[in-house]
Amino acid sequence: MNPVNYLYLAALLFTIGAAGVLIRRNAIIVFMCVELMLNACNLAFVTFSRMHGNLDGQIIAFFTMVVAAAEVVVGLAIIVTMFRSRHSASVDDANLMKL
Amino acid sequence: MENLIGLLVAVPLLGAAILLTGGRRLDRIGHWLGTILAAVSFGIGAVLFFDMLGKSGEDRAMYSHLFSWVPVGGFQADIGFQLDQLSMTFVLLISGVGTLIHIYSIGYMEHDERRRRFFGYLNLFVAAMLLLVIADNYFLLYVGWEGVGLASYLLIGFWQNKPSAATAAKKAFLVNRVGDVGLSIAIMLMFTTFGTFSFQPVLAHAGDASEGKLTAIGLMLLLAACGKSAQVPLQSWLGDAMEGPTPVSALIHAATMVTAGVYLITRSGAIFNGAPDAQVAVVTVGAVTLLFGAIVGCAKDDIKKALAGSTMSQIGYMIMAAGLGPIGYVFAIMHLVTHGFFKAGLFLGAGSVMHGMNDEVDMRKYGGLRTYMPVTFITFGLGYLAIIGFPGLSGFFSKDKIIEAAFAKGGTEGWILGGAALLGAAITAFYMTRVMLMTFFGEKRWEADAEGHEPHPHESPKSMTIPMIVLAFGSVFAGGLFSLNSSFLKWLEPVTGHEEGHSPLSATTVTAGTMVVLVIGVALAWLMYGRRAVPAVAPRGSLLTRAARRDLLQDDFNHVVLVRGGEHLTRSLVYLDHSLVDGAVNGTAAGVGGLSGRMRKLQNGYVRSYAVSMLGGTAVLIAATLLMRAV
Amino acid sequence: MSTFAAAASTTSTGEAFQFWVLAVVAVLGALGTVLSKKTVHSALCLAGTMIILAVFYLAQGAYFLGVVQIVVYTGAIMMLFLFVVMLVGITAADSLKETLKGQRWLAAGCGLGFGILLIAGIGNASLDTFAGLGQANAGGNVEGLARLIFTKYVWAFEITGALLITAVVGAMVLTHRERTEERSTQRELSIARVRAGTQVPPLPAPGVYARHNAVDVPGLLPDGTTSDLSVSATLRDRGQIRDVSNEALADLAELEQRSESWLERSAPEVTAPEEASK
Repeated sequence: MNPVNYLYLAALLFTIGAAGVLIRRNAIIVFMCVELMLNACNLAFVTFSRMHGNLDGQIIAFFTMVVAAAEVVVGLAIIVTMFRSRHSASVDDANLMKL
Repeated sequence: MENLIGLLVAVPLLGAAILLTGGRRLDRIGHWLGTILAAVSFGIGAVLFFDMLGKSGEDRAMYSHLFSWVPVGGFQADIGFQLDQLSMTFVLLISGVGTLIHIYSIGYMEHDERRRRFFGYLNLFVAAMLLLVIADNYFLLYVGWEGVGLASYLLIGFWQNKPSAATAAKKAFLVNRVGDVGLSIAIMLMFTTFGTFSFQPVLAHAGDASEGKLTAIGLMLLLAACGKSAQVPLQSWLGDAMEGPTPVSALIHAATMVTAGVYLITRSGAIFNGAPDAQVAVVTVGAVTLLFGAIVGCAKDDIKKALAGSTMSQIGYMIMAAGLGPIGYVFAIMHLVTHGFFKAGLFLGAGSVMHGMNDEVDMRKYGGLRTYMPVTFITFGLGYLAIIGFPGLSGFFSKDKIIEAAFAKGGTEGWILGGAALLGAAITAFYMTRVMLMTFFGEKRWEADAEGHEPHPHESPKSMTIPMIVLAFGSVFAGGLFSLNSSFLKWLEPVTGHEEGHSPLSATTVTAGTMVVLVIGVALAWLMYGRRAVPAVAPRGSLLTRAARRDLLQDDFNHVVLVRGGEHLTRSLVYLDHSLVDGAVNGTAAGVGGLSGRMRKLQNGYVRSYAVSMLGGTAVLIAATLLMRAV
Repeated sequence: MSTFAAAASTTSTGEAFQFWVLAVVAVLGALGTVLSKKTVHSALCLAGTMIILAVFYLAQGAYFLGVVQIVVYTGAIMMLFLFVVMLVGITAADSLKETLKGQRWLAAGCGLGFGILLIAGIGNASLDTFAGLGQANAGGNVEGLARLIFTKYVWAFEITGALLITAVVGAMVLTHRERTEERSTQRELSIARVRAGTQVPPLPAPGVYARHNAVDVPGLLPDGTTSDLSVSATLRDRGQIRDVSNEALADLAELEQRSESWLERSAPEVTAPEEASK
């Protein structure tokens, strides 16, 4: 098997995650889909690291994880706040950003 | 002395300002105030005239520069006056006849409750007309030109409650606008050609400019003259202008304002001298108008409209003479002055007749008035003799000179012009005799009107008869006085210049010819209106008569060609505007609006929609990258 | 973990087998995350996918990342998610019905296009030779990473520290609720309740039947109907009220019948009370 299949898998997971972001309304699930996309990226990074024979890709994946952790903390806090004020976790309810 | 020049205008202008803003408290003295101020203006003119007489011919012109009006770079419009012999002639005519008509109006307008206003307008007119003739540049002349147009409009429509008067005023104003546009274009052309529009530099350098430019300026000036002086093709307003009070007809539409065109052409002589083509146009207009006006005058039963036709015709003589160049300028002005006397006198006579006849204007309802109104009869009769050119009276001298000058033009042109002038003289004799016979001779034809008021013809009050008598004196003696020792010629020559024409016919022959056509015209009129009783209802008449009654179909022509044409043009322009311009503009707006409306839907506030756009955009970017790599 | 790090264009058969099995599970997990009705299911599916990814990391020589993936992602982040689901997602399951017009088609189109292009891009790239991490991991994977993090990427590492601090502070600020007024006392609450006049006495207690004292069974009012007010609002929202009124009647009827058969006489007609409304 060619390790490039890892990349195809990463692409597939990323696309599924993106579709989830577009389709789901529940903010938490949307957020999980974002995490899925990030993970797919990480897989690609790790695969690239293997491809190039150095550890820089893993470093980037590591930073991605850290950033994702930070993002999750803030994002979930936002969701909680939003739910508290609107009693809904639907992203469609937060639609004031329009003309 | 120069300082007095400005006062000529200022005095009547002050009068107009006082009378028009003073309100009703001036109702009782307004007419006297207006008359006195006009007389003061005449007095100033007379003082200046005698002062001028004391100088030698070349030094007589006086200049007075008041202030710079519009100093903008090379464009210098000044309030400045130039009083030379030509202007002086006009000043005396305007203020003199003006004063007489002010006096006449005191009686004529006695029963009109808006008399004060009438005198205010009259003063305004006198001021504007004087400004027109003493301005030292075309720009200021234009101010006066518009001023008399305004005064004319206000006075024609003085009885504004009459729709016919209001319409006539509008018509006069609109037709005059056409001419005014010509004048403004002429001034612009002068500015581009000479860099100035003051009389002296323009006329001094007229010879340097190309003939094409001079012709263009000349034609535009002619257009202006046509509008103001009611010449073909802008003649249609004068007949209707008779809706105004008779003194107005006498002053503005006979003696002074309508002659402004002649003044303009004479004043711009240097330009026309350098543009033979423009001169041909001028004489053509003059010749056509003199016949046109005369024919119209023959058919009108309304005494004022008959006289209006006559005015048109006489001004046609003047314009023709002015178009002849240096051989005619002096005679144009001379005829203008004598015409000012006798035509004003005739109009005042007509006004006097109407005054005694309950404002009836139809000559077929007159008849035999000579016994009822002797003074009017005599003064009107003297005016009549003057206009037809009865030997010894003023019209004889001035018109005879013009006919001579027309023949002296030489060649075929001379014969045609001379012939037209002679024919015009015959028709003049005919229609004036007709007016005379229908009004003062024959049986009385008036009857009670619908309310049973039978007119009681009576002589007019002194305030009306005295001006008529004075004007009658002018009609009788002015021509002789001017011709005595060629005094008028010598007076004007330094300004207008003069050349003796080389007539193919001797002066005696021309005079004899004039006499012959005069007799023929009078005899014909006597045969038709003196020997036979005049029917009280106008007969159907020949085709020409009927056409002439309708002013030779000028209004119909204007209506069909200009009004209809204008309407169609406007309609098509409106259509174009609506469909093309508005369509483009509105289409663009609707397109943008519609597009925006659609685009707005993209901005729906749903995060997921935005995410779709982001993903779509990313996809497009990837596609673009792949394509680039593929290429 | 299977062999790895060979500088070749193929992997070992073991890794290939593992890949094909686990990749399918990972995709299924991802699909489950996207398509699950209930948030908890989504979270569990995602956790599964993440663990599989951790396995893949390990398989590709990223030991440190593999462990971190399990500890941080699956352990910490997903637990955070579940906590929030508990806080937030207690309402009824999220409906999968699309409300935005055309959104689903657009999403499908864009997603498909994007995925195809991405895969086409990968396929287009020449990714045949893999250097393998044998040399890089020679001194140990963690040591190798540490060397890089504290030398080449030290600046980014420190910035990341600042980012984490900021995120923590941010989360606290966002979730912290400042009480701007005195907490109302019981007395004030009761006064307010009387003034409002909607529910003056205490709410009825649930489950007053002899055989059903669970909280999801509504209490019975004196007229025989059930009171929804006696059930907690959450259960009410979820529609998880258990109606046992007919059960009691059935029991009663059964009892009657039994006593009748026992006493051998006919029972009086019993009319069932009206079905309790929800």
